[in-house]
Amino acid sequence: MDLAQLLVTGIAQGCIYGLIALGFVLIYKATETVNFAQGDLMMVGAFIAFTFIASLGMPYWLGLAAVIVTMALAGYALDVVLLRPISGQPQFAVVILTISLGFVLRAIAGVVWGHNPVSFPTPFSGKMLAVGNAVISQENVAIIVGTLLLCGLLFVFFRYTRLGVAMQAASQNQLAAYYMGIPVKRLSSTIWAISAGVAAVAGVLMAPVALVEPQMGFLGIKAFAAAVIGGFGSLPGALLGGLIVGVGEQLAGGYLPQGFKETSAYLLMLVVLTVRPGGLFAQIQRKKV
Amino acid sequence: MRVIFKTSYDQDIRLLKHGGYVFWYGLLLLALLLAPLLLDAFYIGELSMIFIYAIAGLGLMLLVGYTGLVSLGHAAFLAIGAYAHAYLVGHGWPFLLALPAAGLISAAAGLLIALPASRMTGIYLAIATLAFAIIVEQLVINLKSITGGFQGMAVDHPVLFGVSLTEPWQFYFVCLAVLILVLLGCANLLRAPTGRALMAIRDSEISAQSMGIPLARYKAIAFGLSAGITGLAGGLFAHKLSYLAPDAFNIILSIQLLLMVVVGGLGSLHGAIYGALFIGFLPQALAILRDYLPPGVANTPGLEAGIFGLILMLFIIFEPQGLYGRWRKVKLYFDIFPLYRKATFKRQKVFLKTERLQ
Repeated sequence: MDLAQLLVTGIAQGCIYGLIALGFVLIYKATETVNFAQGDLMMVGAFIAFTFIASLGMPYWLGLAAVIVTMALAGYALDVVLLRPISGQPQFAVVILTISLGFVLRAIAGVVWGHNPVSFPTPFSGKMLAVGNAVISQENVAIIVGTLLLCGLLFVFFRYTRLGVAMQAASQNQLAAYYMGIPVKRLSSTIWAISAGVAAVAGVLMAPVALVEPQMGFLGIKAFAAAVIGGFGSLPGALLGGLIVGVGEQLAGGYLPQGFKETSAYLLMLVVLTVRPGGLFAQIQRKKV
Repeated sequence: MRVIFKTSYDQDIRLLKHGGYVFWYGLLLLALLLAPLLLDAFYIGELSMIFIYAIAGLGLMLLVGYTGLVSLGHAAFLAIGAYAHAYLVGHGWPFLLALPAAGLISAAAGLLIALPASRMTGIYLAIATLAFAIIVEQLVINLKSITGGFQGMAVDHPVLFGVSLTEPWQFYFVCLAVLILVLLGCANLLRAPTGRALMAIRDSEISAQSMGIPLARYKAIAFGLSAGITGLAGGLFAHKLSYLAPDAFNIILSIQLLLMVVVGGLGSLHGAIYGALFIGFLPQALAILRDYLPPGVANTPGLEAGIFGLILMLFIIFEPQGLYGRWRKVKLYFDIFPLYRKATFKRQKVFLKTERLQ
């Protein structure tokens, strides 16, 4: 394969990682905890989309809206039921809780939808687009456009809206934000809802290019590497990290010996962490005493 | 309630605090020594598996429970220990030499990951260890000359002083001996300055540093020790499995190890043992549970992992101190009856204050 094709494929793949990474970063930005189940939320979103679009016969765009709303409600409920009781406990507790949530979601999806990969029709299926001497499918174009749109929207949301600024305040200092009249608990549930919605979008966009099956969420681990490379807590960083991981993976697959394609994301991440322990757009600094 | 009047410093750090300890631990040891006479070969095999889990759990406990560093990739050290041991034994090393060597190789890998890891905190560290585990898994698959790749490699029965240990009870005693050695080692470490330093780091890195503890060095020590002990468990694990394949050491195993220390109770050596018992008997309990579920549900793959996850979730929400924490509460309740108050073990809430710049 030539370089241009590898780059185009890498960018499309990288946008998917970036999209999942956005979900991690959102929750991290607002609550400073990491949701290890983000990939599995995406998997559940894709399966619900399958139910709505393929089984119930909804049109694609209506189905997409329905999935986003359903997942947002589910995300809100998850925070209220699971995360709220352990608020105020070490970060480690949340890590373990969300990892185990991922396992539970995977088992539930296996019972409800089975382990055979499924797919559903989209308006983008099957058409190709030529970029220079490389070819890209419309599904991949949809992924790239969707990711850029979402990333821009969320960036504006955090920078300019009252709610976004309040969320940043809550993540800076919960107690102080609470004293300022910010409903901290409700905010963290809201951010879970938003991030579950983003996961749903990622799942729907990904469905045509990946297999929708319970193990799909393991992609989240690579997205994780993307978020870390970008520096957790930075939205543009998440996208950039995703692109680095996606392109790096394709290049490693094209030019390096076997085994490097699967591990390139993690090797890149370890290198970045060794050089810059906070990622490229580092936001962590040493605590002042 | 027993009140001990301490008259010397030695008494303060004694492992067996009073006669009760001597009696009950002695009884436990006697029961374990007599177990092969009383129990079926199947249960002896299960018990040796539990001992191996307990050794790995002790290794992870040093890191997670006592130093406060979360590792999501401890299966990697188990894999390194297992493959190193199998390779050395396969090349004619005696068991007694190969096992410590496997531990040392694993410890070296632990030190290697500690180099970047000691600069990271919290989630970054957890993710880095996860990445390390995935890289090791790929290495195992691709280093075909050493590990046999996907085909895996067969491991013979351990040979000790020229005797091949083919009977389950013989291997049982090997595992028991290693477990007791590791347990004594850990208990000793934790009352020595190194162990105290690790606990200080867990409780507050800043205060530990202010007390003159070099963070990077002690974190590296913690990683090395933890990886080394887990590597020992890996060596025994290789014999127990008798056939090594890369898919035995996946992320599920790492999560199981973590589940073990969390369910057992973080920050106590008892916790690692309780956790190992729990993990050891859970598959049996699940097998029984399967009979009561509708067949469509019971036969889905991944159900076991889901139930593991559910249990872990319930423990984190309702009993963050694990089985050992529950035992301590029950014990205290009867010790000071009727004066027990619910607030005794209540943890102070910490409110988030970020270290990020915006």
